[in-house]
Amino acid sequence: MADWAGYMGLMLDGALVTAKLTVLGCALALPAAFLAGLGRLSRFSAVRALSVAYIEFFRGTSIFVQLFWAYFVLPLMGVTLTPLQAGVLALGLNVGAYGAEVVRSAVQSIGREQHEACVALNLTRWQSLRHVLLPQAAVVMVPTFCNNAIELLKATSVVSLISLSDLTFQAQVVRSQTGSTAMPFLTVLVIYFAYASLISFGMKTLERRMTRGLDGLRT
Amino acid sequence: MEWDWEFVREIMPTLLDGLRITLLATLLGSMLAAAAGLGFALLRRSKSRAVARTTGFVVEFIRGTPLLVQLYFLFYVLPELGVLLSPLTAGVVGLGLHYATYTSEVFRAGIDNTPRGQWEAAKACNLTPYQTWRHIILPQAIPPMIPALANYFVAMFKETPLLSAITVIELMSEARSVANSNYRYLEPMTLVGVLFLCISLIAVPALHLLERRFRPTR
Repeated sequence: MADWAGYMGLMLDGALVTAKLTVLGCALALPAAFLAGLGRLSRFSAVRALSVAYIEFFRGTSIFVQLFWAYFVLPLMGVTLTPLQAGVLALGLNVGAYGAEVVRSAVQSIGREQHEACVALNLTRWQSLRHVLLPQAAVVMVPTFCNNAIELLKATSVVSLISLSDLTFQAQVVRSQTGSTAMPFLTVLVIYFAYASLISFGMKTLERRMTRGLDGLRT
Repeated sequence: MEWDWEFVREIMPTLLDGLRITLLATLLGSMLAAAAGLGFALLRRSKSRAVARTTGFVVEFIRGTPLLVQLYFLFYVLPELGVLLSPLTAGVVGLGLHYATYTSEVFRAGIDNTPRGQWEAAKACNLTPYQTWRHIILPQAIPPMIPALANYFVAMFKETPLLSAITVIELMSEARSVANSNYRYLEPMTLVGVLFLCISLIAVPALHLLERRFRPTR
């Protein structure tokens, strides 16, 4: 166990890559979710069809297949991506599709009277969305987004299969170099669990801040 | 790169072979997930605080960590402890346990939704705990859960390509091996996507059907 510190450093490098993937993936997933989720509620049928196609395609095929497609097939079409870019693209778009459904159902869950009040106040569609519907819907979305973020974190482990040196990949490296199996995999499991707990803690804090002053108003 | 139908015809039988293993893994994994999920849900309701807490932590831990790492763990660590699993067995156990943590929440919600009066009536009829669960609670709690459970089984189906990482020869690994030996990635990868999409698209109306069939009447 003389090289223990060295191997630990290797895995911490991997932990950093995993964190980067998770953050960048979320940064892509969030706008994708809002665009597609609101797109499904659009007045224009073309926008609706496009959103449904995006959502169903990315929810219907597995993240694994999407990642391999982005990494192996897109270069044949002239778009060459680094493993990190392919990973962020596939993870972000995949989780974004799940998030889109969350956005849609949250906006639809806002009571009818709110829509009618907006019409009565003569707000434009954009104004009612921006100032009335989304602020209320956002509170409903946070807990589910928390789950989605953890799903994204877990999905990042798949990128190790396209040779990106994330946490899972480094565990395999340590396994093949030391021959010890329990140590690297247990360490990695604990690190992932710590990340998941961190996300869940952060989201709970956010939720508490957002619902402050809303007690009694929401049923 | 041009799409080559001849090549598609050539590799289709291999891919369908892989699809069979994928479906088999999903089926066995679903059965394990349903059984273990019920087990987790019951253990979490145990009267002993220690048992309930421990189960709760185990469930949270399994749910907070990636399936891929769990599969590696089953595949590489267990043999050192003297438990030798075939790749498919390890895969099914991994899938089943991972999704059991999700289905246990479904079971818990279903059991909590059984009206209090049913518990009291069972007690009034002097049924043993086993009889209460077997004849009163579970028959009422399970049908409304079926759509939610089926949803997770579809999700599990989409995670089966991970099994290729522990050398199970399923759809994804068949596709990768034909892709690598022919240096053509376009058709195999796209076909895998199409096959997954087809089965998922069949599953969507099937799920709606289940939802209508088992909609709670209360």
